[in-house]
Amino acid sequence: MSKAIFNIQNGPTFEGISFGAEKSIAGEAVFTTSLVGYPESMTDPSYRGQILVFTQPLIGNYGVPDGTARDEFNLLKYFESPHAHVIGIVVAEYAYKYSHWNAIESLAQWCQREGVAAITGVDTRAVVQYLREEGSSLGRITIGNDTPCEYFDPMATHLVEQVTTKKPFHVASTLKNPVANIALIDCGVKENIIRCLAIRGANVTVFPCDFKIQEVADQFDGIFLSNGPGDPAMNVKTISNLRELLNNPNFDKIPIFGICLGHQLLALASGAKTTKLKYGNRAHNIPVMDLITGQCHITSQNHGYAVDVETLPKDQWKPYFINLNDQSNEGMIHLTKPIFSTQFHPEAKGGPLDTDIMFDKFFHNIEVFKAQKNDLKMEQPLKSTNLKQLNLNIDVLAKERVLL
Amino acid sequence: MSIYTSTEPSISSFNSPNYNPQLVQGVNTVLVIGSGGLSIGQAGEFDYSGSQAIKALRESNIKTILINPNIATNQTSHSLADRVYYLPVTPEYITYIIEREHPDAILLTFGGQTGLNCGIALDQSGILAKYGVKVLGTPISTLITSEDRDRFATALKQINIPIAESVACETVETTLDAAKKIGYPVIVRSAFALGGLGSGFANNEDELRQLASQSLALAPQILVEKSLKGWKEVEYEVVRDRANNCITVCNMENFDPLGVHTGDSIVFAPSQTLSDEEFHMLRSAAIKIIRHLGVIGECNVQYALQPDGLDYRVIEVNARLSRSSALASKATGYPLAYTAAKIALGYTLPELPNPITKTTVANFEPSLDYIVAKIPKWDLAKFQYVDRSIGSSMKSVGEVMAIGRNYEEAFQKALRQIDPSMLGFQGSPDEFATKEELDNALANPTDRRVLAIGQAMIHEGYSVDTIHDLSKIDKWFLYKCENIVEVYKALFNVTSLDQLTKELLTKAKKLGFSDKQIVKSISSDLNQSELDIRKLRKSYGIVPFVKRIDTLAAEFPAMTNYLYTTYNAVKSDVEFNENGMLVLGSGVYRIGSSVEFDWCAVNTANTLRKEGKKTIMINYNPETVSTDFDEVDRLYFEELSFERVMDIYELEQSEGCIISVGGQQPQNIALSLFENGCNILGTSPMDIDKAENRHKFSTILDSIRVDQPEWSELSSMEEANKFALKVGFPVLIRPSYVLSGAAMSVVNDVDELKVKLSLASDISPDHPVVMSKFIEGAQEIDVDAVAYKGKVLVHAISEHIENAGIHSGDASLILPPQHLSNDTKRELKDIADKVAIAWNITGPFNMQIIKDGKKPLKVIECNIRASRSFPFVSKVLGVNFIEVAVKAFLGGDKVPEPVDLMMDRQYNYVATKVPQFSFTRLAGADPFLGVEMASTGEVASFGKDYLESYWTAIQSTMNFKVPLPPSGILFGGDLSKDHLGNVAHELEGLGFHFFAPNEKTKEYLAKYIKKDITVEILDFPKNDNKKIRALFEDNDIKCVFNLASKRAENTDDQDYQMRRQAIDFALPLFNEPQTAQLFAKALHAKIGEKVELLKADNKKIPSEVLSWEEFLGYKAI
Repeated sequence: MSKAIFNIQNGPTFEGISFGAEKSIAGEAVFTTSLVGYPESMTDPSYRGQILVFTQPLIGNYGVPDGTARDEFNLLKYFESPHAHVIGIVVAEYAYKYSHWNAIESLAQWCQREGVAAITGVDTRAVVQYLREEGSSLGRITIGNDTPCEYFDPMATHLVEQVTTKKPFHVASTLKNPVANIALIDCGVKENIIRCLAIRGANVTVFPCDFKIQEVADQFDGIFLSNGPGDPAMNVKTISNLRELLNNPNFDKIPIFGICLGHQLLALASGAKTTKLKYGNRAHNIPVMDLITGQCHITSQNHGYAVDVETLPKDQWKPYFINLNDQSNEGMIHLTKPIFSTQFHPEAKGGPLDTDIMFDKFFHNIEVFKAQKNDLKMEQPLKSTNLKQLNLNIDVLAKERVLL
Repeated sequence: MSIYTSTEPSISSFNSPNYNPQLVQGVNTVLVIGSGGLSIGQAGEFDYSGSQAIKALRESNIKTILINPNIATNQTSHSLADRVYYLPVTPEYITYIIEREHPDAILLTFGGQTGLNCGIALDQSGILAKYGVKVLGTPISTLITSEDRDRFATALKQINIPIAESVACETVETTLDAAKKIGYPVIVRSAFALGGLGSGFANNEDELRQLASQSLALAPQILVEKSLKGWKEVEYEVVRDRANNCITVCNMENFDPLGVHTGDSIVFAPSQTLSDEEFHMLRSAAIKIIRHLGVIGECNVQYALQPDGLDYRVIEVNARLSRSSALASKATGYPLAYTAAKIALGYTLPELPNPITKTTVANFEPSLDYIVAKIPKWDLAKFQYVDRSIGSSMKSVGEVMAIGRNYEEAFQKALRQIDPSMLGFQGSPDEFATKEELDNALANPTDRRVLAIGQAMIHEGYSVDTIHDLSKIDKWFLYKCENIVEVYKALFNVTSLDQLTKELLTKAKKLGFSDKQIVKSISSDLNQSELDIRKLRKSYGIVPFVKRIDTLAAEFPAMTNYLYTTYNAVKSDVEFNENGMLVLGSGVYRIGSSVEFDWCAVNTANTLRKEGKKTIMINYNPETVSTDFDEVDRLYFEELSFERVMDIYELEQSEGCIISVGGQQPQNIALSLFENGCNILGTSPMDIDKAENRHKFSTILDSIRVDQPEWSELSSMEEANKFALKVGFPVLIRPSYVLSGAAMSVVNDVDELKVKLSLASDISPDHPVVMSKFIEGAQEIDVDAVAYKGKVLVHAISEHIENAGIHSGDASLILPPQHLSNDTKRELKDIADKVAIAWNITGPFNMQIIKDGKKPLKVIECNIRASRSFPFVSKVLGVNFIEVAVKAFLGGDKVPEPVDLMMDRQYNYVATKVPQFSFTRLAGADPFLGVEMASTGEVASFGKDYLESYWTAIQSTMNFKVPLPPSGILFGGDLSKDHLGNVAHELEGLGFHFFAPNEKTKEYLAKYIKKDITVEILDFPKNDNKKIRALFEDNDIKCVFNLASKRAENTDDQDYQMRRQAIDFALPLFNEPQTAQLFAKALHAKIGEKVELLKADNKKIPSEVLSWEEFLGYKAI
């Protein structure tokens, strides 16, 4: 048990005990108020480069499940991506002994394997109070007698590039007659997003973040824009691809759904702006109101940036959801096209499952779109010109994320 | 048709320009149903939830009418309810009130199961429809669905939510058939029951037959289910508004696996061993259920969760505020009852602000950055023959809640809160003598299981695996206990002071060790005291920090005043700049100390605030109003130990501390606080000590010439014998520092003396026993008073109906007294004056005095603190004794002029307070009254005379059914006196059938009965409940008079059996001569009228149906 130190740049220092990788690290310090779901959070690519502070004081209680277990879609059963993306975690009290039927190892063992620095014994409430007042800050964890790392701002780097699949891959529906073919732009997609699509009967083809989606869009019944880490403005290529897609009248009818970073990218592509939140919303208890119906939902969230609703082109978009705590924007919906997006995470994992109806809505849009296509006989064979980028023959596509 | 104009959501939130709540129209007056006397399974939590509901209604300018005979509650106060009726919470009396008051609407879900059952009955009888009374909140049809297991099962099947397979049965035979199909072991539950009453496990046909016949006596329908013993038990508190917005406010996980009633389980919040998948699977199911059932307000869903997979079952849904919802409110800071009341009026969740932050909405789910432990308080040792096992029927009388930043801290705090004698998580080497006993104690839950775990881990070297195999308690909890054991072991090894390092002390404090626990763990050769440890750790700078409870884990700034202390921190959330006044609450509810002291604490804080003082409350009982954060300036949800109170006093640099309004518990630490420089308001703790110490007390009484029964302090058996023979039997024996008659008993002869003294404690010079002459047949009087610098400011004289010898907490009190001469009253006042001077009293005090014919009055007890009867006398006399006491504490020009409420005022009403017992829930316990207190609560009613007030009060006790002719009345018990005969004489000619258990009783009764009434003999079979039951049923026995002169010596005793059967079959039982005779008198006077009133076409409202204000003639406190 080595000692560990957690520093916040220009802020307080906390001493504790290391229980993770013997590796000093630096990154952006953020906190989550979720009560459960540490394996899900830690493998969520959106946390790339971040040091995650848990306000729930007891962490590690139920160990870590098998990160290689896969479900009927060949998706990871318990993790949101194959590896941990947080670089460090800060907890008040780590449970050295865990108890759970599906755990295969302790959080400490897993952190050590995954190279995640971990510190226990920290007054995390004091950390949160600091971050809340001063805003998200850079932090570092120094293990034992290591020389402390230089502070480093991951938000200044293109994090999405680090987490996106390197090549397209295909997740097939288990249905004999799949209901739709969906293209998914992977900016760091969570496994459960893919599952939420597949489980509704769709074949999902996942593309790298900068893939020219506008060139293959006509092959699909719907387009999904995933979550992901970092500053949305960094995704210049993806934004310009999306802009082309949105501006092409041929694609006016194609349903698009974006979550979190996907929502922000859609907004940027439409000419709106995003801003960095003071300390972000990372929690499982955030109330949002549907501005069309007035219905409220409790949502799972993880974002440090938000769409500035004032900058949304009012002739095209209207706000869809609003955060009832801080009044920030939680989604938008197109006035004429079947496009909508949410800042929150309807796929949960972790968090409440209240809003998975958003996926139903997306599939409803797809159904309408397919009916229109049939009516207009718009169904067209795969164009050879679209094969420029890659061979889209699903048989030769990878069946899971391509990391290298 | 719904009373809600719209069930659609709208874009309306409290902090937006679209705010436009659509409230239920035409609701100006609301009738709120209270829960009545505190009983096992239905205790103080309903004072808390009802009070919050009334606050919420008042805020919306709605007039509230409250029916609740529990006079000690906070809710029965004009500062909350506009009109209060101290009447039985029964459909009959609620109907009278509806007829008188014509309320626009009714709230049914804030009065526990009692309120719910009344609501369903009122709806079915058509009363609500007849008078157009709207049911606010969850509709009646939903309440019925949640209560009726068949309907409930059907409803949940519709939405594919699995429930424990359950078959509703109405006879013993169908129950047995059902069990055969389901397979043993089975669990039996009764529908429409509170706290699992009449529930239990059966492993085979014999056990089931016994259980089913008993349960069917209490409820028309029982349910047989497959037992899921060993599964995890998890609960969710869910809120839904009329527009279908839903939140789960809290989830909780039981330490005890399924099989122990959740009210009797150790519970942690939030859940600790559930993964995200499990947590949200159950959360989603809870929301699905509440939406499907159509709850509008608050609801509790209990689950059994497979310990090694994702299978689960819904065990129960309570579509009302419950004990768990009170716990969830306190655990999270989210005011569930308040929110539920607002929702009932038609507000939606986003239309309500989060009352903690005031800036965010109520439509959110609290995130906790601490852990909460709840532990039940049992008082089973107080009862003879009681079955100590805990299971599906609740037995605890109260509960504590502790907050910590880790499991160990919360758990150890909570264990100490249960009883000051507990050091924390502990075990003795010999609590369970053999391995077999210990294993048994681990495997079969009793009130002592946690001690068994302690012994097994600390002293017997049991592994976590072994304990888990025996108990099925999740290993995670046991691993945490192991962490505590490690520190114990380190402390056990401390044999020199330098081994007590800063590191070790820090670790111990972080894991929740108290200073006392540390000092008792290290070598006794070191001669260290609790204070030495305190000094040492402070010298190391080891002091607790103060954290806020803010519902959202510090995510948003919230200036809440809801606080706890922890050693697992580096900084405090608050600044200590208010120098507030500490008020020590009552701690856990137990027999002898409950809601009445909460009333005292709340009123103390209110008065202090009115006088411009900053207030700090310390209490740890989640069932209380005093732990509502809006009652005080700062609320510390904390231990009431010397250590913690001193910590808070020092941190807050408090102006002073009030120790005399929370009952005995704060009183017990008064002297230590005082000796350590704490400014104690009111009577000096040195003087208080002179009343608690028997020697000093007696010497002073002698010096001021106040009489007392002969007494002596004895340190050997020989001395004891000698004294008893000198004064003559019977004698009363008791230890010093008495709380609710613990270990007190009346001894009638030498043999009994031997037995009792060896039982009570090992008598020795270190453990002397106080013995006094027990005066039989004397009248007992309670004097409650407040003095200032030795001068009595106010006093109240209440006469007991029962003779001396029944604990004053079990006695029925009449106020103003009806049978005392002015001379006696003057004499009593004179004693009060003398005592006030002798002890230099400033603040509250209480005395019990006995009157034995013409002899001088004798003081038998004096407590220099507020007593159990303070709310009763305050509300009956219309003068708030606590307010007077607080003004006396503050002194100077605040102090009111003395007034003699007993001599100088006329009262044209009488109030009677009667005890509420919970024997029904304590299987096997002998329903016998003696010097040890047995009641769990009390109720009081007013009347034009004492007969009327007693008649109403006795009907106010839970489930009391007035026997109606021509039903049968069973007589038995003591035939050596006239009492039983007098009862029979009083009841003859009313049309009842009389029964006796034997020829002797029949002959005895014949002497008293003048008219031509035959007494039939019932031949009681021994230990055959089924036959006894048939006997009761066949003869339509509806009331039992069994006057016991002493406790049964064994369970074969016929009188014991008769008393116990009366309890088990839910019949009115009178076992004490004075109340038996009074009830007979009341029955004689009132039964004719009652029969008329119960007729379907009755239009008359009986004369006792008047509000509190109407009885007094003005609006009191």
